[in-house]
Amino acid sequence: MTPKAAPRNGYVVLTPPQIGVLIQALIRRGYEVIGPTIRDGAIIYDRVTSVEELPKGWTDEQQGGKYKLKHRADEALFGYTVGPHSWKKFLFPAFARLWKAQRANGHFQILPEEQKSPKVAFLGVRACELHAIGIQDKVFLEGPFADSHYKSRRKDIFVVAVNCTQAGGTCFCDSMGTGPKATSGYDLSLTEVVKDSQHFLLAHAGTKAGAKIVAEFFTEAAGEEEVAAANGLIEEATRHMGRSLDTNGLKEVLYRNTENPRWDAVANRCLSCANCTSVCPTCFCSTVEDVTDLTGQEAERRRKWDSCFATDFSYIYGGSVRATPRSKYRQWMMHKLAYWIDQFGTSGCVGCGRCITWCPVGIDITEEARVIRESESSVSNLA
Amino acid sequence: MGAIIEADNTERTMTDPTIPELFRIGRLKRETEDTFTLELSPAEETTRISFLPGQFNMLYVFGVGEVPISISSDPAETSRLEHTTRRVGVVTRAMGLLKPGDTIGIRGPYGSHWPLGEEDGRDFVVVAGGIGLAPLRPVLYHLMAQREKYRNIVLLYGARTPEEILYKRELERWRGKFDLEVQVTVDRGASGWRGNVGVVTPLVARAPFNPSNTVALLCGPEIMMRFAVMELQKRGVPAERTYLSMERNMKCALGYCGHCQYGPTFVCKDGPVLRLDRIASIFGKAEI
Amino acid sequence: MIQTLEPVIKSNPFFADLPAKHLKFIAGCAKNVQFPERHVIFHEGDPANEFYFIREGLVSVELVVPNHGPATVQTLAKGEILGWSWVSPPYRWHFDARTVQRTRALVFDAKCVRKKCEEDHELGYELLSRFVSVISARLAATRLQLMDLYGRHN
Repeated sequence: MTPKAAPRNGYVVLTPPQIGVLIQALIRRGYEVIGPTIRDGAIIYDRVTSVEELPKGWTDEQQGGKYKLKHRADEALFGYTVGPHSWKKFLFPAFARLWKAQRANGHFQILPEEQKSPKVAFLGVRACELHAIGIQDKVFLEGPFADSHYKSRRKDIFVVAVNCTQAGGTCFCDSMGTGPKATSGYDLSLTEVVKDSQHFLLAHAGTKAGAKIVAEFFTEAAGEEEVAAANGLIEEATRHMGRSLDTNGLKEVLYRNTENPRWDAVANRCLSCANCTSVCPTCFCSTVEDVTDLTGQEAERRRKWDSCFATDFSYIYGGSVRATPRSKYRQWMMHKLAYWIDQFGTSGCVGCGRCITWCPVGIDITEEARVIRESESSVSNLA
Repeated sequence: MGAIIEADNTERTMTDPTIPELFRIGRLKRETEDTFTLELSPAEETTRISFLPGQFNMLYVFGVGEVPISISSDPAETSRLEHTTRRVGVVTRAMGLLKPGDTIGIRGPYGSHWPLGEEDGRDFVVVAGGIGLAPLRPVLYHLMAQREKYRNIVLLYGARTPEEILYKRELERWRGKFDLEVQVTVDRGASGWRGNVGVVTPLVARAPFNPSNTVALLCGPEIMMRFAVMELQKRGVPAERTYLSMERNMKCALGYCGHCQYGPTFVCKDGPVLRLDRIASIFGKAEI
Repeated sequence: MIQTLEPVIKSNPFFADLPAKHLKFIAGCAKNVQFPERHVIFHEGDPANEFYFIREGLVSVELVVPNHGPATVQTLAKGEILGWSWVSPPYRWHFDARTVQRTRALVFDAKCVRKKCEEDHELGYELLSRFVSVISARLAATRLQLMDLYGRHN
């Protein structure tokens, strides 16, 4: 089939089966395709080889401490928001060997680990997740030292973004300015329109690589109607966000309220289980582990995910700086919404709502921020 | 930020900053019952050592682990490094068992340094508590090497007991030889000790320096620094000229493992030397 | 030529803001004194009828520990006040005070000061509030010493 000329408005229309063609085209180019699939009652990200593995006709219902999959009335491929996985799982793996060392007679040598650049395609990246990747890029690549392991994994990623046409129960990307529409950072973006009897995906190429791959198989350029329909759905998603967060001067509010009694209230609920840090797409804390084999002649250094809620996270001689759940929760939230701005120039939060959904007791970061902010005005009302 | 290595062998460190460079133990000197100083030289002989006073290295003991230790040698010394540390955990205890000739891994130098460049003509007050003297020793070497640039230099050092005073011979030399006011105090005296007994804070209150022209450098337990800062502020030393060396848990020392965060600062890259006015909103706050 | 000690006392920040008439009285109770090194200024248990302002030198505040000899709990130097046991009954020293080096000081007749304080409560307030600051600073320093900040924590 001869490829058509590129459409003037930059959009083409793809059918659901053509997503399968896209997956195959990526695989033929040597990519391992990571996409959404259902496992253990959740939509997670894992290797997919065909469109059949996508969560067709499924959606997720999310609230504080609640996540449930539900059947949709239609057969949307991307009719959900975000699950417990985020793309940091692939760019910043939970476990990585940094190097090996070998000992002989009081001397030793270091054997560096080969830095692999796996060719991976991410299928189904939400706008908030694109921002999260950008935020982690700042952390790992733009400091005085770049993390070479992250750098090598980040190099050859092909990104297929998906614009949200519905907002999740705990979503607030609108408040954070991170969605629901992906505006940059992708090779291809898709907006799925399922309306009346229509079901198509509006595709937009963000890079030459994206355009090239779609040119291989698209058959229909998009007209104004299709573009309007897609944008309309995205616009609707903006108006149905599950949560909202007032970010105006939030950093200063939090800096002023390090001793607010609200921290004690949330500490009574927080289990320090570290779920929030685990599911958060921007959390980047890690630890290193030095181990030897049984002979004691070979050693390894490994990097593992860590959490500011972990027991000895802040341990220095004499004890932990932050030993109480109160101080740990405060650290997590203040880092995410305040310190991060001073450290990296943006908020650390992208409004994906995962921390709210996956907290076993449903602690809601937007609620905590709201109560602390409002406690300032109620104090002045008393004066 | 310079790598500690200047000659060959840079490629590996350039690509992966988690890989240590190899050094050899020259000498292990016992300072007190639980404190020792390692003298180290690079395994690669062409390597020159370069660091700024206040910076630290990550020291790796094969198969055991890595710890951050301030550099306490003379910055003018390019072939040898010194690190003074206490035996307080698994890694430092293993370190204390190393022998001359053994290999140790080093990553660094990391972190911010004590102010030196623009401070000509100033009085310097150096307040050290316990092992806090170790990260300050390099700056004292520097100050004395360029003595004519500065006015009064006062070292106030608090130790636990007379036996636990670090660098005794050096302190005596400094006190005797140069225009340097050295006052040493101990929390607890011992028979034969004819020096000061008491914490270091009253020494700050009465030390001979001109507050409006003074730069204050502090290192020691956080409580000690808190109280010493109060005395300095009572005397009118501005926060913009007060520097503290802070300590936090460190794993990567590269600014992205998150462990060393102290409010918005990363102690491994914004610190360990932090200017008081920049941390005024969090200094002294519990569990920050 | 007899010089009053008023200017000396006034230059000490401890007495600096004292109203002129009190300053005059205090100066009248003061005398210069000199001690050689290793001289016991007072013993624990002795009647506390003086207090000192150290002008130069070093004084060690000590407790005698049975079987161990004297243990220094604190060292006082130039510009510091030695002695607050004169303030309240039973007016006896709680510690020994011994010079470490040759020491020059001003000694104040505490009996005389006590008597005047009872007559003139304004003077009493001025002096006692100053001594309260001295005692509270000593207490804070002592507490820090007790914390054994440089010791082992585990």
